[in-house]
Amino acid sequence: MSGSQDHSGAHAEAHGAGHDDHGASHATLRGYLTGFVLAAILTAIPFWLVMGDVLGNSTVTALVVMAFAAVQIVVHMVYFLHMNSRSEGGWTMMALIFTIVIVVIALSGSLWVMYHLNSNMMPMAPGDHPM
Amino acid sequence: MTTATALDTDKADIPVFHVTEDEHEHSGGSTMLGFWMYLMSDCLVFAVLFATFGVLGRNYAAGPSGADLFDLKLVAVNTTMLLLSSITYGFAMLAMDKGRQAAVQGWLAVTGLFGLAFIGIELYEFHHMILEGATPMRSAFLSSFFTLVGTHGLHVTFGLIWLTVLMVQVSQRGLIEANRRRLMCLSMFWHFLDVVWIGVFSFVYLMGVLK
Repeated sequence: MSGSQDHSGAHAEAHGAGHDDHGASHATLRGYLTGFVLAAILTAIPFWLVMGDVLGNSTVTALVVMAFAAVQIVVHMVYFLHMNSRSEGGWTMMALIFTIVIVVIALSGSLWVMYHLNSNMMPMAPGDHPM
Repeated sequence: MTTATALDTDKADIPVFHVTEDEHEHSGGSTMLGFWMYLMSDCLVFAVLFATFGVLGRNYAAGPSGADLFDLKLVAVNTTMLLLSSITYGFAMLAMDKGRQAAVQGWLAVTGLFGLAFIGIELYEFHHMILEGATPMRSAFLSSFFTLVGTHGLHVTFGLIWLTVLMVQVSQRGLIEANRRRLMCLSMFWHFLDVVWIGVFSFVYLMGVLK
């Protein structure tokens, strides 16, 4: 951990320099630490819910886990990947929105179609496989 | 004829098919956008693998299920490793903005060690599963599991190779403009892999353990 000394120095400078937004990555120590604390909390809660079986209902737990994952992805995008609507003249945001649309169509479409394919199959008893 | 004369006399009316102003406020601006496009296409790769796992993830073929196989404590440690490597890479980027080469190298090394720990734990988990007979050939669930998690692990492995190469580059040439651009690309790649891992531990591990 040779960098820890420099890290505390960077901390002091980040506060001293104020809003120096000219760094190419537009990153601040405060931003990274906020993101890290939020991400740690948003990771710990779903693990605790599942490992401790806190809610007692697996469907509710699954939905809550998914909700936490969605929020954590946004936290990572904002604090670690520095997403905003202005970077690269808005084109990164456009590419991201386009990708999210495709991802949602691919994921929900696959799950939806295959779920119905499964439920429309002939019911089979276990061990009834036609080999 | 009249239009031709007009074009000759009035230069402002000549159509220009390339960007004339110099876009070098920070070099590699288009590189960052291009790399973002790559990450988005990589995102689609992972989306397809997630969809495959979503469809096949409960087809155990009378074999072991996620509840039988997954050790959530190990996954929690692994998640911590990747999250810590994300924040230490962030510290490397902050040191880069301040032009502190030694601090950059130090934080990159710490990031690499956390990444190595992540890969090590993942390989230990895979090895353990395969010894128990839970190979990718066992069921559709395990095929899609190993493809999805293995693809993520391969990405992290290549990220580690890239990280090592950049540490050599920085040690030889310092924090020159080109190296800064490369470090920013790897930063996006590394944080992106952490984003994908959120989906993996939520969708594959946590929901796989739920009955």
